[in-house]
Amino acid sequence: MTDSDIQRLPYDVVVIGAGGSGLRAAIEARLAGCRTAVISKSLFGKAHTVMAEGGCAAAMGNVNPNDNWMVHFRDTMRGGKFLNNWRMAELHAKEAPDRVWELEAWGALFDRTPDGRISQRNFGGHAYPRLAHVGDRTGLEMIRTLQQKVVALQQDDAREHGDPEAMIKIFAETTITRLVRDNGRIAGAFGYTRDDGAFVLFEAPAIILATGGIGKTFKYSSNSWEYTGDGHALALLAGATLLNMEFVQFHPTHMVWPLSVRGLLVTESVRGDGGVLRNSEGRRFMFDYVPDVFRAQYAETEEEADRWYTDPDHNRRPPELLPRDEVARANNAEVKAGRGSPHGGVFLDIASRRPAEEILRRLPSMYHQFKELADVDITKEPMEVGPAQHYVMGGVEVDPDTTESLVPGLFAAGEVSGGMHGSNRLGGNSLSDLLVFGHRAGLGAAAYLDSLGGGRPAAGDAELAQAGAEALAPLERAEGENPYTVHAEVQQTMSDLVGIIRREDEIKTALTELEQLRERAARVKAEGGRGYNPGWHLALDLRNILLIAECVAQAALERQESRGGHTRDDFPQMSPEWRKVNLICSLDGDRVALRRQPMAPMREDLQALFDRDELAKYYTDEELPPAQAPRAEESH
Amino acid sequence: MASTTVTLRVWRGDAGQGQLADYQVEANEGEVVLDILHRLQATQAGDLAVRWNCKAGKCGSCSMEINGQPRLACMTRMSIFEPGEPITLTPVRTFPVIRDLVTDVSFNYAKAMEIPSFTPDPAVKPGEFRMQQTDVERSQEFRKCIECFLCQDVCHVIRDHPENERPFAGPRFLMRIAELEMHPADTADRREIAQDDFGLGYCNITKCCTEVCPEHIKITDNALIPMKERVVGRKYDPLVWLGDKIGRRPRHDTPAVPGRRSS
Repeated sequence: MTDSDIQRLPYDVVVIGAGGSGLRAAIEARLAGCRTAVISKSLFGKAHTVMAEGGCAAAMGNVNPNDNWMVHFRDTMRGGKFLNNWRMAELHAKEAPDRVWELEAWGALFDRTPDGRISQRNFGGHAYPRLAHVGDRTGLEMIRTLQQKVVALQQDDAREHGDPEAMIKIFAETTITRLVRDNGRIAGAFGYTRDDGAFVLFEAPAIILATGGIGKTFKYSSNSWEYTGDGHALALLAGATLLNMEFVQFHPTHMVWPLSVRGLLVTESVRGDGGVLRNSEGRRFMFDYVPDVFRAQYAETEEEADRWYTDPDHNRRPPELLPRDEVARANNAEVKAGRGSPHGGVFLDIASRRPAEEILRRLPSMYHQFKELADVDITKEPMEVGPAQHYVMGGVEVDPDTTESLVPGLFAAGEVSGGMHGSNRLGGNSLSDLLVFGHRAGLGAAAYLDSLGGGRPAAGDAELAQAGAEALAPLERAEGENPYTVHAEVQQTMSDLVGIIRREDEIKTALTELEQLRERAARVKAEGGRGYNPGWHLALDLRNILLIAECVAQAALERQESRGGHTRDDFPQMSPEWRKVNLICSLDGDRVALRRQPMAPMREDLQALFDRDELAKYYTDEELPPAQAPRAEESH
Repeated sequence: MASTTVTLRVWRGDAGQGQLADYQVEANEGEVVLDILHRLQATQAGDLAVRWNCKAGKCGSCSMEINGQPRLACMTRMSIFEPGEPITLTPVRTFPVIRDLVTDVSFNYAKAMEIPSFTPDPAVKPGEFRMQQTDVERSQEFRKCIECFLCQDVCHVIRDHPENERPFAGPRFLMRIAELEMHPADTADRREIAQDDFGLGYCNITKCCTEVCPEHIKITDNALIPMKERVVGRKYDPLVWLGDKIGRRPRHDTPAVPGRRSS
């Protein structure tokens, strides 16, 4: 490979990923005056964010005026079982309303309250109706609004500079395979354009990872094909660290039948709007699964739960609206106990609970999805649902305020970053996370650029040659295994052995199998040439999928407790000692290295937002504030 | 579970040339065309180019022509086909082929760039917008669009008529204009440019776009016809015409944004 084989494109900021966080980051970087490139594996406007259904959590208080950032912060910490990076949770709760209002000023059309404000809906783990939404297609509204804001900025640039792409340009169907550095600092991103396989180097001192999650590591996942852990892996390979990769969210309700659509998401809004879970005996089983830490906040009888929908101030919430990890485990347990539905799920019933016209109005996509793909009319009969992989809480370790990783010039926002959601993410907190930290990443990258002055890091030739050779290897091998076969086996291993319920012996077996799969992946052969070749693309993605699978498995083996999206059959209890521990993955040579890192104690004013009794359920005795300590509200 | 073998007749080739190739592929109960294509990739044709993303009918990536009909592969169930009949899969015809079933849809992004964006009253600050549900619902219907571009593919104004691609934006983007015109908080006026720059007049309401829309948006009835009525009111009303002529009525139409088309 010669240097002329690589197209070089200089930019100030390069954003990898064009979903919610990537576009929000790019908009902010452009507004700060940076020449910005956005790189997307798909076409513009197709990113996985379109699949978000329920809504975007922001304590605007439009439906219940008692809501505010402190309540949202508390709910987020509880949902994450106090393992969250509390500073991220604080920034998120405080800034989410501004980020939602801003979308409206850019043209978004959310559903309305009777007085014309943005309507908000109930969701699992949120104390008040908090999710700004558009029916059950909120993610599409968000991505389209951000896409159209990018276009609006390009139109401004067309008027000012005569070129719509002078300041912000979208590189659709382009994949990054390596980040390149200069003396430890980010110098650029190397990759290929999917339509012709040509190499491209984005020369930029600041890179924002916004690549989303790792769903394609698992067999049944609601994630789109793009979710191959690219950003997680690129960060590791560039010397950054990953935080708490054992926490993987298995969302409780996905379609289970037909097999073709197994893993297709059924929005939590079905439960937020009144839907209930039943087993084969017709029992509303969630009442049997309310854990002690949440006992005080959830209804004990069906009557009280049903009253809550109309009178939330005097009744407690239905247990169907517990955080997702609790509901997923309950669904799993009912099926295991032999009380499942015919196709191995449980029943989700809204038909008997709400009038058909209300279901059609509030859940149009769900109606459409079941009608067209499963011949089920959800206004007349219950849905069959079960858990599938949905989200990863673990991700790149970042500074909460700037989103910068440990590598200078490398930033991360959205699902690819770690810490914000602790051990379990609440529904609705993802879209808001994308906006809040996308915005901060754009600002962080712009500030980093200012701090650089004139000098810019440069990519070294040797590193580029290596990246090119790595990318071409699967095409150049005379023979080798089919990449699709290896991918299917990785997914099977992870789903069987490091899935929703985990055990030491099974995780160890998984690690052995992953080791063998890694050797096989290094020898796969992609047939065909460089032009739009999905087999070649998958062969390259396998490196990332396997690297991240190993991180998840290693961290899952290490953490000997059950918390949020990490359930150990052999360690079923939540442990206050383990709450203080973050597990950090880094790369040592080409091996994943794992270490423990203490969690920073929560700032006092934030800690004072909780009753001591509640903290005692999570904290060790030494961590607890002294008894009788005055609450912050009283002392101020 | 019932497993059968189906014959897929898939267009293989690139911008230069190509032909239909036959494959025998396993199919199972409840599957959609995209499942069969994935199985074909995994077992027989690893380099078969197919654009897809969510496999849930939400992203609009896997548009193609299935037995000549513009459809999403992820929402087309195998059960709709006659058993034993081959299923023919070809790229969407209106746009140039990149490879196999993948086409270059950049025409659509260029058109999107030319439509004047949402223009709120600058005096209304974020958080201060007040809109009624009944007022947002018209535009909300159009915002269900997943940009699969099947309406663009089927529209006879540009299908097999590349010479019309310059004066005509296609149903998706005429609907985008309608969406902004009906947005309760928008202040711009795109009625003249809808006709003059984006070719609304080319549409003779055959409703082909509405028929192929996987989101069941009533593109013709709810977007294009009302938009035509608004244009008539703006351009051809004799009083408005007179007002323009004698300078009593200031021109307030927003100009189209200079795009690649004009450069």
